[in-house]
Amino acid sequence: MSMNTPSLLSIQDLEIRFRTEDGEIAPVRGVTLSVAPGETLALVGESGSGKSVTSLSVMGLLPRPAGRVSGGKILFRQRSGRTVDLAALPLSDLRGLRGAEIAMVFQEPMTSLNPVLTVGEQIAESVRLHMGLGHASALKRAEEMLDLVEIPHARRRVHEYPHQMSGGMRQRVMIALAMSCNPSLLIADEPTTALDVTIQAQILALIQRLQREIGMGVLFITHNLGVVAEIADRVTVMYAGQVVETGSVGEIFRTPRHPYTNALLNCLPARARRGEDGRRVVQSIPGSIGKIGDGCAFAPRCVHATDPCGVGTVLLETEMDRSVRCLRWREIPA
Amino acid sequence: MWLKLGRRLGSLIIVMFLVATMVFFLTRLAPGDPAALMLGDQATAEDIARLRQVYGLDKPILVQFLLWLKEIATGNLGQSIFLQRPVIQAIAERAEPTFFLALFSVSVAALVGIPAGIASAVWRGRLVDQIVSGLAMLAANIPSFWLGLIFIQLFAVRLGWFPVAGYGEPGAPFMERILHLALPATVLGIVNSALIVRFTRASMLDVLSDDYIRTARSKGLSEARVVLRHAFGNALVPIITVVGLTAALLVGGAIVTETVFGLPGIGNLVVSAVLRRDYPVIQGALIVVAGIYVLINLLIDIIYTFVDPRVRY
Repeated sequence: MSMNTPSLLSIQDLEIRFRTEDGEIAPVRGVTLSVAPGETLALVGESGSGKSVTSLSVMGLLPRPAGRVSGGKILFRQRSGRTVDLAALPLSDLRGLRGAEIAMVFQEPMTSLNPVLTVGEQIAESVRLHMGLGHASALKRAEEMLDLVEIPHARRRVHEYPHQMSGGMRQRVMIALAMSCNPSLLIADEPTTALDVTIQAQILALIQRLQREIGMGVLFITHNLGVVAEIADRVTVMYAGQVVETGSVGEIFRTPRHPYTNALLNCLPARARRGEDGRRVVQSIPGSIGKIGDGCAFAPRCVHATDPCGVGTVLLETEMDRSVRCLRWREIPA
Repeated sequence: MWLKLGRRLGSLIIVMFLVATMVFFLTRLAPGDPAALMLGDQATAEDIARLRQVYGLDKPILVQFLLWLKEIATGNLGQSIFLQRPVIQAIAERAEPTFFLALFSVSVAALVGIPAGIASAVWRGRLVDQIVSGLAMLAANIPSFWLGLIFIQLFAVRLGWFPVAGYGEPGAPFMERILHLALPATVLGIVNSALIVRFTRASMLDVLSDDYIRTARSKGLSEARVVLRHAFGNALVPIITVVGLTAALLVGGAIVTETVFGLPGIGNLVVSAVLRRDYPVIQGALIVVAGIYVLINLLIDIIYTFVDPRVRY
């Protein structure tokens, strides 16, 4: 984690707790990551690894009152140059940033838009609030945004309701909504997972194009390593609520240091075809979240685990631009 | 949309025919003979038979039914046996208190129930929710006659703010008549608000966990706007249904409340007609009430299309 380049978003040692009927759990504990302006960071991990919860906490959208940030910092550099801790910011100040400087695209395009408002109204609402435009010019802006995300007949479709559009179109609308106030950070939580493969590629290309044009940082949450290779500059891998490895996309794919990253990459068909040792399934069930057990969370599934892996706390070690949370990463062949 | 409406109107006619059939035959099922009741204990069999002939009661029941159907199809509800007036006229005289009572009661119920239900859902599990849910439970279980008597005792007798009962002198100014409805409308409003509270709360809770609510929050909107524009807009359909059905039920005449407050409404008319076996009045009133009920349902369906664009297309 290079601290010398001023980052746009810097999450430091984040811990999130949820109250449940069985007591408190911590689905996120020890998440450290950063996104530089104009950069795309892919946040990777299997279901339940805590990546979506992490992204929601940046927006202050953790389900209330059960969830809360219980430790660490979420530093965000505002357009004004001031850096604020989003985890400690009053809700009223956070609202001023939501949609204006930080925007979010969600996984489910079918349900993420309000069914009783036209897509134009939904985009214009945000524009009126943050850019102070009047009703007519906000609607005009909405139309331009639909045009920008390559929705044909924007002038007509701005008056349509979500149910009149396909899933891919709705995700374009979501992106138009997110981009409408020129945010400096876009959080995309599995934005293509629910879409057909051909539509996926179009949406990814669209996000990349808009990122280049607007120059915003993107925190891209996905479990799809193919998407990562396509879109990311750097990758942060999460396992059981912790960051286990961070590096540039080239480094991560060429020389994964953490055994979990390695195991994930071995699941990729292309790699298996290279015939290293065939495609290997990550064994057993994923590490359970919130159980702050001793030692490395991945140790029970790790082929390289030894006795020391099961005790104490394993720290995230950083060397140059690479971070790894593993006791044996220097010894294990990549 | 117009096709849909046309189809609805078609089925409305069928519904009304079924209602007419049921009304006619169910009324005849009740024991008792209007001619005998009218003439009293001293009447001879010939007298009764003559009177039965005058009102067509001697004809076979199926013939009576068809004759009556023909009449109501042309808008003639017949002649009251006891009131010696056209049924339609008797109903029209009683319609005003019932109509305004229903209107005011539903307004009170909605104005109390909807905001309370919203607050209850937004602050789910908190003190507000507990108080609202507790009061709603209480309101649902209070007998309206009891609450009515308490209100009369307190606000009319003790404090003298409102008239005790009745609907004013015949020909009294409109505002004076309306003032007589304040207490009964409040009573009916409170009692009927309970259901509206529950529906609003349930519907809002359902909607508040939807994905687009999170989207709305992610735009930086205020919580008030998220709740009132994004959530409430989507929660409206069940709320409109329950408000509409409450209105429809009240138009049928709140018999108990009309009795307690001595209001000369439809409910009262029907009760006295039943006691006298005044078939044309019972039948006519039920037909009119059923017709209004069906029309309100149609109105609810039309309102849906304004509230939910998915119904419109």
